[in-house]
Amino acid sequence: MITADETILTSARENRPTMLSVHNLQMRFGGLSAVDGINFHVKEKEIFAIIGPNGAGKTTVFNCISGFYKPSKGEIVYGGNDIAGQPSHKLARKGIVRTFQNVRLFRNMTVVENLLVAQHAQLNTNLLSGLFNTSRYRVSEQAALSRATFWLNKVRLRDVANREAGNLSYGQQRRLEIARCMITHPKLLLLDEPAAGLNPQETVALDVLIRDLRETCGVTILLIEHDMRLVMEISDCILVMEYGQPIAEGTPEEVKNNPRVIQAYLGAADE
Amino acid sequence: MDFPQFLQQLINGLSLGAIYALIAIGYTMVYGIIGMINFAHGEIYMIGAYIGLITITAIGTMFGCPAWLLIVSALAMAILVTCCYGWAVERFAYRPLRGSPRLVPLISAIGMSIFLQNYIAVLQTTRDLSVPELITGHLFSFTMDGFNVSMSNSRALILIVTIALMATVTIYIRSTRMGRACRACSQDIRMAGLLGIDVNKVISFTFIVGAFLAAVGGVLIGLSINKINPFIGFVAGIKAFTAAVIGGIGSIPGAMLGGALLGLIETFASAFLPTEYKDIVAFSLLILILLIRPSGLLGRPEVEKV
Repeated sequence: MITADETILTSARENRPTMLSVHNLQMRFGGLSAVDGINFHVKEKEIFAIIGPNGAGKTTVFNCISGFYKPSKGEIVYGGNDIAGQPSHKLARKGIVRTFQNVRLFRNMTVVENLLVAQHAQLNTNLLSGLFNTSRYRVSEQAALSRATFWLNKVRLRDVANREAGNLSYGQQRRLEIARCMITHPKLLLLDEPAAGLNPQETVALDVLIRDLRETCGVTILLIEHDMRLVMEISDCILVMEYGQPIAEGTPEEVKNNPRVIQAYLGAADE
Repeated sequence: MDFPQFLQQLINGLSLGAIYALIAIGYTMVYGIIGMINFAHGEIYMIGAYIGLITITAIGTMFGCPAWLLIVSALAMAILVTCCYGWAVERFAYRPLRGSPRLVPLISAIGMSIFLQNYIAVLQTTRDLSVPELITGHLFSFTMDGFNVSMSNSRALILIVTIALMATVTIYIRSTRMGRACRACSQDIRMAGLLGIDVNKVISFTFIVGAFLAAVGGVLIGLSINKINPFIGFVAGIKAFTAAVIGGIGSIPGAMLGGALLGLIETFASAFLPTEYKDIVAFSLLILILLIRPSGLLGRPEVEKV
């Protein structure tokens, strides 16, 4: 029965338009090749996971896609253009935003301010209108605040809206970081280990949140994660990496049963 | 020291401190956002004083208009022109060097400072120029225990304008959209860029705000001590930088506190000790604070950024 479901899913996947494709990506640091020969396609509105043991090069792939690194070789096609090597703030404006393994919030600003400041680019800012508090300024500020409130409710942070972001619990900080990304209306959301440091209940809540983002906001999600339960639960497609190279790709079922993957995670059986 | 004399020194100290604080905000905001010391900032203040004098001379000789109008137009003109200088210094001397090691923009700032000093010296000569005494009289003046306590109107103006400007800057930074963007940039400039904030605009903005405040300080000090030369910016710049460090560089309330504190200490030192000792006392205070509390009075301790 499961296999029948899988076939439907995979065939549907083939027909969906591609959001991001990575061709033959290579990233070298001096003589060391951190990532090599990576190929994958992320379809629209898909949840795509990259997994692998520590040091496999997952974050390096992320850094290439989000413009933090300029790849040594290969193409990253997004929206019909090769975006490899474009600076991260330009990519952010094109709809690729990311979170970080170590959360990067504005720690000394309040939770709601973190969400307001993320809308800066969308709001038409005039230096003097703020000083004189013009009505247009107030209206747009009010709209920004209501969008912030919407996201605060969605990630369950309404109660701590006026606390400094640095004082939140780890799980709350992670949710705030996701909300801060989402408020910029991204098309492709990159989540770098969103479940790291969360307790089991928080991780389950994260499942719901990530699915909800895809369903209600139509965002495509690419994530790196070590929590296998989360990955197997929510992913449409998984890429497994080891030592900078891809070793398997497919649905959670396919990956789970792939002998290469089992070997990478559990070590080879004695021969 | 008896009470009336104390009162007089308090008045003098606060008005001196107010000028330091005005300049110190420029240092502290720029440091807060791009982590560099803009050593040309003192020169920006000096240019403000010159533009003020030039405006007063030009308008005064043409129409002979009332003093308050002269002062207002001197301030307006000085602010306008000085803001352009502030913007241009960043645009041409610092922005091309962004991303290079910290020492490089610092050297560029020192070069810019020497350049501006000599540029004004060439245009306006190195002589002291006298600024007409537009503000006369005293806000109050009374005799207490045989000692005359007074506050001149020019010192009163310095205090009032400074307090008003500081309140405005504080509110602006705390509650407006641009202020929010400034705070975000000062915490994590790369992240701010990722979220679509135009980082270059924010940096230009901080230089312009700094130049604005320095220009006001320059015009007011010119009207208060009635003479200026191209080198006033150097001493005032160093003092204001000291004030910013004492208060905690990067912190705007810190710059205000540091300015007031430094002004008071200097004034009291010259009242108690021979006047020559005032700089020794001021800089000893700097060393003491750096030893005891390196992040300054109101500065947050440096957090390791990953």
